[in-house]
Amino acid sequence: MFANFDFDVIWRSLPYLFRDGMTFTLSLTALATAGGLVLGTLFAMLRLSAFTPLAKMIAGYVNLIRSLPLVLVIFWFYFLIPYVGQWVLGTARPIPIGAFPSVAITFTLFEAAYFAEIMRAGIQSIPRGQVAAGYALGLTYWQVMGSVVLPQAVRNMLPVLFTQTIVLFQDTSLVYVVSLPDFLGAASKVAQRDGRLVEMYLFAAVIYFVVSYGASRLVRRLEARVAIAS
Amino acid sequence: MIEIRDVSKWYAQFHVLKRCSTAVGQGEVVVVCGPSGSGKSTLIQCVNGLEPFQEGEIRVDGISVGAPGTDLPKLRARVGMVFQHFELFPHLRIRENLCLAQEKVLKRSRDAAMAKAAALLERVGLREQVDKYPGQLSGGQQQRVAIARALAMDPIAMLFDEPTSALDPEMIKEVLDVMVALAQDGMTMMVVTHEMGFARKVADRVVFMDRGEIVEDAGKDAFFGSPRSDRAQLFLSKILAH
Repeated sequence: MFANFDFDVIWRSLPYLFRDGMTFTLSLTALATAGGLVLGTLFAMLRLSAFTPLAKMIAGYVNLIRSLPLVLVIFWFYFLIPYVGQWVLGTARPIPIGAFPSVAITFTLFEAAYFAEIMRAGIQSIPRGQVAAGYALGLTYWQVMGSVVLPQAVRNMLPVLFTQTIVLFQDTSLVYVVSLPDFLGAASKVAQRDGRLVEMYLFAAVIYFVVSYGASRLVRRLEARVAIAS
Repeated sequence: MIEIRDVSKWYAQFHVLKRCSTAVGQGEVVVVCGPSGSGKSTLIQCVNGLEPFQEGEIRVDGISVGAPGTDLPKLRARVGMVFQHFELFPHLRIRENLCLAQEKVLKRSRDAAMAKAAALLERVGLREQVDKYPGQLSGGQQQRVAIARALAMDPIAMLFDEPTSALDPEMIKEVLDVMVALAQDGMTMMVVTHEMGFARKVADRVVFMDRGEIVEDAGKDAFFGSPRSDRAQLFLSKILAH
């Protein structure tokens, strides 16, 4: 099998794979992580708030999204968002939104559901006395959240948050269903074009492994550094 | 300064506070004691609105705590509170623990907040610890920092919720010393504690609670000399026996 292994095809396609493919994958990962974390944190706060109708709605959303396969959600959003745009803006035609914004929105909303659960656990891990102490000093709800609860919640949940991000990094490859050129998609294209499936898919696997495993090692070292001194 | 009138509170069916009334005047030190579960911590947490109550009224400096229009954050900023478990913010250095609310609530400049923090840490004897994290300090040191943090807001009154109950015996004195000094400086204080030595030394009045009721509310000498109720007598005999 390795006798006629063609390393040259990998070498030749490197610029395309990384400049186009990996850039796309990393941008999508970064965007969805940032957006998902912010939105997810907001969801978690609302879900834990005393405002029950909204809390129930958020709970419903989180449970729904977490029960659906990501591929299905990507499909749905890709075909649905133009029509939602048409309905919201009242235009005559569906709003063309472009594949990248579409999947960026999809991944953000999808990840928000997962991050919401992680952040909910994180917020609940903070003793009530901490919140009381914040209030007793005259801080408002948002100040208590921003300065006391969330910084500790994020620290407590850091390993899980990073693990989720690494999973997301791998999951971005699912954009192939809407024909977007992420890293795996780019490798796949070259593989099909040059008839070098084994080389390209093996290489893609190696890169995913190196990035994911490297990131998880990095997380462990980071964890030790940000752990609250005690 | 603090007026508590006919305050009642229920947790579902459970009647935690039963028509409690007392007051803490300007510069007065009132010690609240009683067996555990008597509602004393709940009562003190009602004073700055950390616990809601269903009936009665609490006024702090004339402002009604339970009234719907009250700006609770603003009111709480003027009343210092010290907790049983210190509740320093573990992710922040001591200096940030003292500066956070000064900057966010009182809008003090960094320099002004730091100056205040340094002066107060000096006062509680912990100036050297300014760059440490709470977890690096002993319980007694943490509680002194917590007192300094509350004082940094220039409070008109201080509430202490069992400030020495979570401390090892050898650390209780260092915290009580700070509280005694504070009392002698004329701070208005409401203190939930079992430390009868502290009460004897600086209290003006002692409030005894049992099963959600204020059973006795008397001057220090009257309370320790001749408690009127059987329950207070029993409590005192138990707590002073050792």
